[in-house]
Amino acid sequence: MSADLEQFYEVFFEESSELLAEMEACLLGLDISSPDPEELNAIFRAAHSIKGGAGTFGFTDMTEMTHMLESLLDKIRKGEIEIRPEMIDAFLKAGDVIKGQLAAHRGDGEADVAAATEVSNELKLFSEQINTPSAEQKGAAQQPQPEAQQMQATVDTAPASEPAPSIASETEATRFIIEFSSDGINTKSMENLFSNLKAFGQLEKLLLSDEEHLCKLRLTTSTCEEDVWEALAFIVDPSQLTIEKESQLGATSSVIENNSAFDSTNSAVSENSEQAIHDEPTELKYSEAPYGFFPGAPAAPRDTKNLEKSETASQLPADHNASTGLNNSQAVPKQPKSNTPSSESSSIRVSIEKVDQMINLVGELVITQAMLAQTASEVDPVLYEKLNNGMNQLERNTRDLQEAVMSIRMLPISFVFSRYPRVVRDLAAKLDKKVELKTVGEGTELDKGLIEKIADPLTHLVRNSLDHGIESPEKRIAAGKMAKGTITLRAFHQGGSIVIEVGDDGAGLNREKIMAKAAERGISVHENMSDQDVWMLIFEPGFSTAEKVTDVSGRGVGMDVVKRNIQDMGGRVEIDSVFGVGTRITIRLPLTLAILDGLSVAVGAQMFIVPLTYITESLQVKGADIKTVGGVGRVVHVRGDYLPVIALHEIFNIKPNSTNIEDGILVILDAEGHKAAMFVDSLIGQHQVVIKSLEKNYRRVMGVSGATIMGDGKVALILDTAGLVIASQK
Amino acid sequence: MSQQQTVTSTDSLGTSANQTLNEFLTFRLGEEEYGIDILKVQEIRGYDAITQIANSPDFIKGVVNLRGIIVPIIDMRIKFRLGTAEYDQFTVVIILNVSGRIMGIVVDGVSDVINLDSDQMRAAPEFGTAIDTEYIRGLGTVDDRMLILLDIEKLMGSREMGLLDTTLN
Repeated sequence: MSADLEQFYEVFFEESSELLAEMEACLLGLDISSPDPEELNAIFRAAHSIKGGAGTFGFTDMTEMTHMLESLLDKIRKGEIEIRPEMIDAFLKAGDVIKGQLAAHRGDGEADVAAATEVSNELKLFSEQINTPSAEQKGAAQQPQPEAQQMQATVDTAPASEPAPSIASETEATRFIIEFSSDGINTKSMENLFSNLKAFGQLEKLLLSDEEHLCKLRLTTSTCEEDVWEALAFIVDPSQLTIEKESQLGATSSVIENNSAFDSTNSAVSENSEQAIHDEPTELKYSEAPYGFFPGAPAAPRDTKNLEKSETASQLPADHNASTGLNNSQAVPKQPKSNTPSSESSSIRVSIEKVDQMINLVGELVITQAMLAQTASEVDPVLYEKLNNGMNQLERNTRDLQEAVMSIRMLPISFVFSRYPRVVRDLAAKLDKKVELKTVGEGTELDKGLIEKIADPLTHLVRNSLDHGIESPEKRIAAGKMAKGTITLRAFHQGGSIVIEVGDDGAGLNREKIMAKAAERGISVHENMSDQDVWMLIFEPGFSTAEKVTDVSGRGVGMDVVKRNIQDMGGRVEIDSVFGVGTRITIRLPLTLAILDGLSVAVGAQMFIVPLTYITESLQVKGADIKTVGGVGRVVHVRGDYLPVIALHEIFNIKPNSTNIEDGILVILDAEGHKAAMFVDSLIGQHQVVIKSLEKNYRRVMGVSGATIMGDGKVALILDTAGLVIASQK
Repeated sequence: MSQQQTVTSTDSLGTSANQTLNEFLTFRLGEEEYGIDILKVQEIRGYDAITQIANSPDFIKGVVNLRGIIVPIIDMRIKFRLGTAEYDQFTVVIILNVSGRIMGIVVDGVSDVINLDSDQMRAAPEFGTAIDTEYIRGLGTVDDRMLILLDIEKLMGSREMGLLDTTLN
């Protein structure tokens, strides 16, 4: 492979991953009974683009697989085969195989060859159903496939047996005159290009001039023009490239070198469409397409590779459709011309390191600004009025900048949610359950770091709901519920956090069973435990009430990991469940990992940051309001409530200015409904602080959720307020 | 000969010694002189503006802000009970970069950077030292001085230093 191509590898990998994801989403959204032609086209386009790229880079395994996909899709699209649920499964599997192959080319993992063969056989079988009834077609395609025929019997052929258009039975070749400038293409790439083209058919070099860098080729092939174009466009500057169809050759002069049954089948298909274009007065209809390169609309110069690619892809369906209209009277209704996906120019691809670096730099800027502000506050405001004005403006600007930069990292949670339809679909089929997945609030934005980390725990919860929560259809009907269960994924903002709920209308948690299991495992339980506490038992390591272990879940590994992962993100998990009605698991996460509004408090010589979201008020109390309970625990009487006192100096072993609560200040904290009063020496001020990880170079510290750098350059610890409050309740 | 040398160095260092990695930063702890792989050293700075961390062992002095990164500071003199832990403007902190983590160690003083050939290095004898011999790569000889060559990466990652999370919650 030439060095020229290597720079495109990464682009191709990323593009393909996105296309695969898109394809999967379309497949899952496809309505089997009346597939939307637009969606079919979108799937086809995705497969086609991957094929084009893979072909250019010489990833033959991927080319083969996408080719299979493409040919079957093409037939579905043209109405020759009716789509069936099994096909969707096969498509999804093929998508997985391609994903594996992509990863293998990328250098991680190995492609599963066995799975690839299996899937390609399956696809082949589907796509051959059309061919079998037509004797002519069979002859043309030369397919001695006993295996396929044998498998044929197992699949019902009835809906698919549209007689093949007779036109496709002749394997015809087309001559293309290809002209491009070889300027700037090195010899190796040229050789590569020639060998690629030779794979399509017969290649004649008409003119190969070194001086003018002009290269004129004649390619005799049965491959359609788009494929030839795709093969060329990666190497040759598309604006310098023209492909013209010379004339059509007779049926006898077939020059196809590929003799695999599948390839020739597809060539017949492509031929079919080429033929159609010729026969049909399509010029009028398609000349409005801006970049058409049909015989009637000669190739226009192309500006960019990207534009060209999407145009090619979107045009393809159009001409195939034309052939459908011509050859097949029972074809699907004509579809409107597909429009080009408009994802170009609206976004740019930036590596996450760059964004993170920017966030760090802005963080530093905020610290510097705070330092300056502190120094500026010491000068006489009257004498230095301009300085003060400038400082105020600087503060505003830095804050705006910080918000803008932070928002770059924010992504809608649909990035995570979008993977679950597939998970649910596969799992429901495996477990023989009927499940519908509802997602609410996909637009809710959260930090990219959190998006990545939440995916695994959420997958686990969804699988759990499906396996343990939702009952089998029979049981559901017996319980008077709809046979189809519902799993709801919901995301929304609440205060300074994002809440993600995984709910199901399944069996609910069984209190007795959990209690019994816990007792069996030696966890201390008692009858008076609140439901909440009982439910939390399922997060104990190794805890599972499943009667039988399946490969889905039931081994009791996982829920503890889920809880730990969420805690690592600074979040919390809660469970609500009603036996027989359903279960809802609620995850609360901080909105972002990087910034926080905080109140700085002093205890002795140390300063701590208390997240503002937890503070309800700060006050000084009189000695009479402070009571002891059992001689040890102190409570304080505030507005009718008795709140436990958290003495920060005791928790952190610091020598405070005073141990007398009357001398200091109480900060009233409210964390998830639990209230407590934190005793500190004094309040210092309110800051917006950049959260720095303490764990990056050190480890987790009890009662501390992170650290930040103050205006004077010193480190201040951020209190894990919720943790402290909850600890005070025990 | 070269074969034999390789074997010796592998034995004495306990790790597969790379012949080119023999540059050491030496520092004093009490009366003893120690050496650490220079490639693990990021920088050397003074001791100031430290923020204590509650309920941590006494040898973990706290954390400092190193250009926006929170870095824990460990006083080796307290940890290994060598020398007296005094803090003044001459107190030196060596900032290390080990296993992707940045941390600082307080020592009595940094001496210099020296090159050691593998035949200047000997295996550490098995006897009770303040530092477990597990963390000693070997002993080096330069003129009349003896250097204790530390496997700083192993030491800092060890459970007894308590710098890394062993359990969560």
